[in-house]
Amino acid sequence: MDKKIKVLVAKPGLDGHDRGAKVVSRALRDAGMEVIYTGIRQTPEQIVATAVQEDVDSIGLSCLSGAHNKLFPKVVDLLKEKGAEDVLVFGGGIIPDEDIPGLKEAGIAEIFLPGTSTEDTIAFIKNNVTQA
Amino acid sequence: MDDLVAGLLAGKVRPLAKAITVVENDRPGKRELLKKIYPQTGNAYLLGITGPPGAGKSTLTDKVIVKLRQQGKTVGVIAVDPSSPFSGGAILGDRIRMQQHALDDGVFIRSMATRSHLGGLSKSAVDVIHLMDAAGKDVIIIETVGVGQDEVDIVRIAKTTVVVMVPGLGDSVQIAKAGVMEIADVFAVNKADRDGSDKLISELRAMLDMVKNKEKPEIFRTIAVDDTGIDELVQGIYAHGDRVLETGLLRKKIVEIAESELRAYLLDTIMERSTNMASYEDVVKRVADKKITPMDGVDEIFIGLGLQKQN
Repeated sequence: MDKKIKVLVAKPGLDGHDRGAKVVSRALRDAGMEVIYTGIRQTPEQIVATAVQEDVDSIGLSCLSGAHNKLFPKVVDLLKEKGAEDVLVFGGGIIPDEDIPGLKEAGIAEIFLPGTSTEDTIAFIKNNVTQA
Repeated sequence: MDDLVAGLLAGKVRPLAKAITVVENDRPGKRELLKKIYPQTGNAYLLGITGPPGAGKSTLTDKVIVKLRQQGKTVGVIAVDPSSPFSGGAILGDRIRMQQHALDDGVFIRSMATRSHLGGLSKSAVDVIHLMDAAGKDVIIIETVGVGQDEVDIVRIAKTTVVVMVPGLGDSVQIAKAGVMEIADVFAVNKADRDGSDKLISELRAMLDMVKNKEKPEIFRTIAVDDTGIDELVQGIYAHGDRVLETGLLRKKIVEIAESELRAYLLDTIMERSTNMASYEDVVKRVADKKITPMDGVDEIFIGLGLQKQN
């Protein structure tokens, strides 16, 4: 049978702007993926624990508070700690261009800025998830 | 595979999560995995929580988990949400209400989409229950909307099924037609501070008065968001569980579950073998061309599989 791509869409940190995360969730669903949405104000620890229990292929992080440089790499580090470094992590939100290289170096596979077509995000996930 | 089984039986999170994926996606090794853990199952309390969308099932589940944890019990949760019939995708959002337990090692929550293939959900959900059971979870909660045969099947295998109702969704005819009267062991009338809850309860009671040869479900008022009535509900659940044990109903249920599992796999196996046969397409074509009846087609396929022809 066909393999379903499972994606966790999560909002780390304290901002409550979840429109973007919901739009992305919906778009991924319409692309045939199974999306777990956990709501706003999640800690990196909660996000990683959820990702491990749900055995997701990918995590999408949305952050509009400016705390992405701390929160996104923390998620990647915790995944490594749990032996789940094969999970594809991508991010989105209000993220200054100059922060992107650092985030990528920290293990965030891609950053999607405002104005990104959901098609691009879908294609990126489909092309990059590793399904064991 | 041996590592996976050992980790799972030791109650470790990641092996359990990986094992569920194997089962859910019908991956190679599924059969061996289930064979190894099957003898270790049968110990968990299966609790079904069902009701219409927006009734507060997830919030109620969240609060019930809190009580169970206070009693020192470990909990597994299977939260079912529908797959889109159009894209096959799904948004699984039940966890939003349960994230307070994300860091508790004694709680393992897994979201499942209904994935619309024949008997698919009930079969893999039962297998997921087995895995959680083998991993040592004391109570396994299955949360689902309970619409459609598949979901009703899952709910039916629970030792105790709680049907969550809310005021304002319709009159007593809705209650009657939904089939919930048959599956409910316990009712939770949630959002009980809202208008119409007294009316809903009296309508429920009136409907229950007509129930024959089955124990009448108890009705509990709850307001899940502020934890009202949850203690009483949990006690009511256990009281029902005790009665099920005493009356010997549990054994009957276990046999029923075994049969429905067997039936699901039997159907799957027959379908798979039949559709893999070279002549299958040809039989379909001849039925389409009205050369043979579907029943004759079945006979041909069965003969092809080396099975006896129907009488």
